[in-house]
Amino acid sequence: MKLFSKRNRVLLHELTVTDFKLRYQQSALGYLWSILKPLMLFAVMYVVFAKFLAMGGDIPNYAVYLLAGISFWTFFAEATTQGLQAIVSRGDLIRKINFPKYIIVLSGTISALINLFFNLLVVLVFAVLTGVKFRWTILLLPFNILEMYLLALGIGLLLGSLFVKYRDVGYLWEVALQLFFYGTPIIYPITMVSATHPFMAKLLMLSPMAQVIQDIRYNLVTDYTQTLWSMWGTPLIGLIPVGIVLIVLAFGAWYFGKSSKKFAEVM
Amino acid sequence: MSIDSKNNKEVAIQVSHVSKSFKLPLERASSLKQAIFNAISGKKGYEEHQVLRDISFTINKGDFIGIVGRNGSGKSTLLKLMAQIYYPEKGDITVNGVLVPFIELGVGFSPELTGHDNVYLNGALMGFSTKEIDAMYDDIVDFAELGEFMEQKIKNYSSGMLVRLAFSMAIRAQSDILLLDEILAVGDEAFQRKCYAYFAKLRREKKTVILVTHSMDSVQRFCNRAILIHDGDLKIDGSPLEVAQAYQELNNQRLDLADLESQFSGASDESGRNHELEEANRQRRENVDIAVSHSISADKLIFDIDLIPKRTLEDAVLTFVINSEVGEIVFRVASDDKNVNQPIDFTEGHDSHVHLEVDNIFPNGIFSVQVAVKKADRSDNYLMANNVLLFEVHAPVDVSQNWKPPFRFAVTPKKD
Repeated sequence: MKLFSKRNRVLLHELTVTDFKLRYQQSALGYLWSILKPLMLFAVMYVVFAKFLAMGGDIPNYAVYLLAGISFWTFFAEATTQGLQAIVSRGDLIRKINFPKYIIVLSGTISALINLFFNLLVVLVFAVLTGVKFRWTILLLPFNILEMYLLALGIGLLLGSLFVKYRDVGYLWEVALQLFFYGTPIIYPITMVSATHPFMAKLLMLSPMAQVIQDIRYNLVTDYTQTLWSMWGTPLIGLIPVGIVLIVLAFGAWYFGKSSKKFAEVM
Repeated sequence: MSIDSKNNKEVAIQVSHVSKSFKLPLERASSLKQAIFNAISGKKGYEEHQVLRDISFTINKGDFIGIVGRNGSGKSTLLKLMAQIYYPEKGDITVNGVLVPFIELGVGFSPELTGHDNVYLNGALMGFSTKEIDAMYDDIVDFAELGEFMEQKIKNYSSGMLVRLAFSMAIRAQSDILLLDEILAVGDEAFQRKCYAYFAKLRREKKTVILVTHSMDSVQRFCNRAILIHDGDLKIDGSPLEVAQAYQELNNQRLDLADLESQFSGASDESGRNHELEEANRQRRENVDIAVSHSISADKLIFDIDLIPKRTLEDAVLTFVINSEVGEIVFRVASDDKNVNQPIDFTEGHDSHVHLEVDNIFPNGIFSVQVAVKKADRSDNYLMANNVLLFEVHAPVDVSQNWKPPFRFAVTPKKD
């Protein structure tokens, strides 16, 4: 089977467009919500964590730093949740026509990716307004985004096929997302952890989400950001989170391929 | 697997020794808790339900095949297996060529999208590129008669508009093999006529079509072969006529069973009514017995009817009707018609024989015979035997295609 035959590409395109059109049905502001949502979340967190709790410490451009973290986290949460629901929500299609099922998961994660690009524009505008000095490292962003996308896709494929059989997975993933959110240095700087538990902080940074979000901040906002490799003192350590991403993706794809034949029957 | 026709280019679909069973959960096992509990306690948590058993058949290119069977016989599962929506448990299915299934009209239609958007989505599912749909878009809209409504969300469409749009899409399918499931079950008469016209076109174009249906009329009208599935087994693979007759018998058995069940199930209102109906049918059978035989030659259809009255019927007449496969009456005669006027003696013990000859100017097709014994004023039926006989006509010249009444055609210019 050709993974990206012409037919599959057209289908992917149509399904993604449909997803996008359906998402903001009957809302007055429509697509604007995909930007407004993280902005509002950001406003709340900025007031609480940067102003009241002064968590930013001495990080320059902390507002953009925070906004970038939240935008990428929102993407991860959205893409994995879309992947989780993809198969079940397209159940009627699967029961009536045969087509490569991974296209549904791809289209769900890609519409999250499109949202990310809108948000990224907002982040860039903020960065310019708040006087962030861009460095050449901004060119590394696509690789960071790719890593995060592949992680979300792998998890989405796995959750999507599990959700067909066990609806509990939906609730479990909600809780897990909360756990990962607080386990990732998004609203708090990683330096807060390393100040009291230096080894714990090093371990935390091994998670692909922590690694990639810190790298994005480093590449986009400020070289003051603590990254995985600066904390461990070797770039080779990056193989661990990248390895995790590849393993999750491979396992997700394998499990999805194995169970996709039965989707039509189980649903 | 010793099918040597596997590499034959003339084969469209090869189904070999296919079996399929479904696991039906005993309790709601779609929760993790239940799954873990079942795994620990060694319970299976489901019941195996065998839907199809060792099915084998070959569909050649250009075949128009009907798959029939009662509800729950497994015929839709078979269709989904051929459409590769389900996967066979044992055996395998080989498909040569592009296959487009229509398990339902308008697959993927989203109520929240406009007609326009749905056309592109549905088209993509049928394997069309955006450009191809651009090219045929106007035709689709025209055929569906939806011009001004295409920018409306389809949740605001009437069901008729939806069916028109979906059907208008379906007939664009550019495939070698079409799978159609009961699409005739929706829509009004006008829509069904459109469907029939579409089927006729497919047949003319020698497309490979697999039609799952309950309608013996469509099977006999369009199919060159039919398959009867009963309780997961392939019962008959033969001519549409054979299959239609066998299907009829199956249905009669089912009626008898239903009657029996209702008799045993006590005196509820409904079964009471069933009982009355059964009683009426029994009385009718007690009125008169009939046997019909026939022979067909190139110029004559000959019917011989034996009438054995079981009790004396006063004022009884015989009516004889030939129906076309779509249920239209094509020939009708009664013993008390003015130009016939042959009284029949329905006295107990006086058997009669009726000999009927009809000129064979019938078009190609399959016809069914209905024989009835009625009270002369038509106030009561003593006997009503539907489909006592099915016969097929192979006209040397297909009358339906070439028949043309004499006519005159004249144009006169109109002066001011």
